Amino acid sequence: MTTASQSAPAAKNVPSDRAGAEKRKRSTMNLLAAFATYTILLVLAFTWAFPLFWAVSSALKTDPQIYTVPPIWFPNPPQWNNFYDGWTRYNFTLAAFNSVFRYSLPVTFFTVVSCTLVAYGFSKIQWRGREALFWICLATMMLPWQVTMVPLFITYKNLGWINSYLPLVVPSLFGNAFFVFMLRQFFLTIPEELSDAARIDGASELGILWRLIVPLSTPALAVVALFRFLASWNDYLGPLIYLNKENLYPLALGIERLRLTATGMGTSALAYPHLMAVSTIVALPIIIIFFFAQRTFIEGISTTGLKG
Amino acid sequence: MAVASAHRTGMTKREKRNQVVGLLFVSPWMLGFLLFAVYPLIAAVYYSMTNFDFIRVPKFVGLSNYVRLFTNDPDFWTVIYNTFYYVLLAVPLGVTVAFLVANLLNGPIRGRSAFRGIIYIPAIVPAMCTAIVWLFLLNVQYGAINGLLKTLGLSTIPFLSSPSLSKPSLIMIYIWLQGAAVTTFLAALQEVPKSLYEAAMIDGATAFRKFWHVTIPLCTPVILFNLIMGFIFAFQEFTVPWMLTAGGPMKSTELYAINLYRNGFIQLSMGKASAMAWILFLIIMVFSALMFRTSARWVYYGGEK
Repeated sequence: MTTASQSAPAAKNVPSDRAGAEKRKRSTMNLLAAFATYTILLVLAFTWAFPLFWAVSSALKTDPQIYTVPPIWFPNPPQWNNFYDGWTRYNFTLAAFNSVFRYSLPVTFFTVVSCTLVAYGFSKIQWRGREALFWICLATMMLPWQVTMVPLFITYKNLGWINSYLPLVVPSLFGNAFFVFMLRQFFLTIPEELSDAARIDGASELGILWRLIVPLSTPALAVVALFRFLASWNDYLGPLIYLNKENLYPLALGIERLRLTATGMGTSALAYPHLMAVSTIVALPIIIIFFFAQRTFIEGISTTGLKG
Repeated sequence: MAVASAHRTGMTKREKRNQVVGLLFVSPWMLGFLLFAVYPLIAAVYYSMTNFDFIRVPKFVGLSNYVRLFTNDPDFWTVIYNTFYYVLLAVPLGVTVAFLVANLLNGPIRGRSAFRGIIYIPAIVPAMCTAIVWLFLLNVQYGAINGLLKTLGLSTIPFLSSPSLSKPSLIMIYIWLQGAAVTTFLAALQEVPKSLYEAAMIDGATAFRKFWHVTIPLCTPVILFNLIMGFIFAFQEFTVPWMLTAGGPMKSTELYAINLYRNGFIQLSMGKASAMAWILFLIIMVFSALMFRTSARWVYYGGEK
């Protein structure tokens, strides 16, 4: 809307006095537009950031302070120990261990490996039926998880996989349509001459993939790893369906358990500030990762959007 | 050495080798496709025609699960109504807001990446964390917003505890979570050639006309992408509504995915849940097909095809 109003070369051919008036009019308009834009942006930023502020603020309260009217914005003194108490009292260290080592890391690793192999087969080798199969692969993105949920649950139950991380981890060995698509698009931008030269030198396809394509694709692979890690860290429904032993709970279910405790116990038990404190801790790594990998995030999400 | 012999015997051997190696590379996906898509899809058809609760053996009942859903289920039409209400309002509103915000950020703005970060972060933070914060904001008794209203002497707003406000409240949170769409739109806006705006300016176009005749047409492919992705995900929305209202009050937020989960995994009616899953799949397919069909009329593909 305000995009092009900054540079104003249009006034060049107009006689100078009119140009002056025009210019002044334009600059007041620009000033007004800039003022309006920043006002709206600040209001938006405030609206978007307020829930995050409120999370931290609530985490630093005592339980009665949660219910106080008017609301307390900056609890004094802040109850910093809520973070430690909430985390240890409900054994979130075990939940964090489960989330990281039993779920997120294995799933991320397997996804990157399997999707790299599959994307290579869909982009760098010529074979009959490739395009047709790739289209089928893309079409599976439209398949809602609910359709496969019931039969897969029954299968896993028959295999004795319920209450283990196998139903959550094993599928990542078989690629993922969305990430295969992303990596394939990236691999296609790498010139074919490079692979051909390596083939003439006698390199195997796996060798070409490992020594040539992978080093050239680290940004794309980073995007896949980042998004997959995020998806597993944030996953709630998968664990909800497959895990119902407390010692297996990942962070998502740990928070859910604490929420149910909080609603059950009501006041005086400090459960609400604890709930907020733990939620803040669980969200924090994601925010930290975002600040360090901002470019990867933005590029990843932009390219996926544009190529659709 | 394989390469050398391939050279001597001509391309057919090379082609044959490529066929085998290519298939080997994509074999993990093919196997996964059979195990995690084809088999469950077919099995879901079978289960949807049975009564199955994990205790007794599946009993074949034909189409009666479907018939009962459509004609004799107290909740099904409520769930359909809730879901369409939610999806048809949330997704277009979300796309519109995201597009307008991206346009604001695309101007000559200082601190653009800071603004973009603030708007993007809620979208990547775990959904259960954001759901809990909104619980703390919207609750009638202890929520911050109602606390503020009480302080000002105004009456409280039962965001989540009134059946008429619960869906709009969820839609509001959905819009708050559109940071990823803002980012894709911003990337698309930066691809719009500056020369087009300059040409429009020479023609004396107002800011609004530039927005309407240059910005929007050039962004229609990304608008379509965000709409379709938005619809597919919104039809399956689970975590945030489940944690905030769990379908209540008075079933006003009983969305499709919540009802399906309830039928399958709480009441253990796996047959009914499978039938519901298939109906959802058909709804999503028809919806996506309609979007693609109409898109030829309003999506502009910059002369690529």
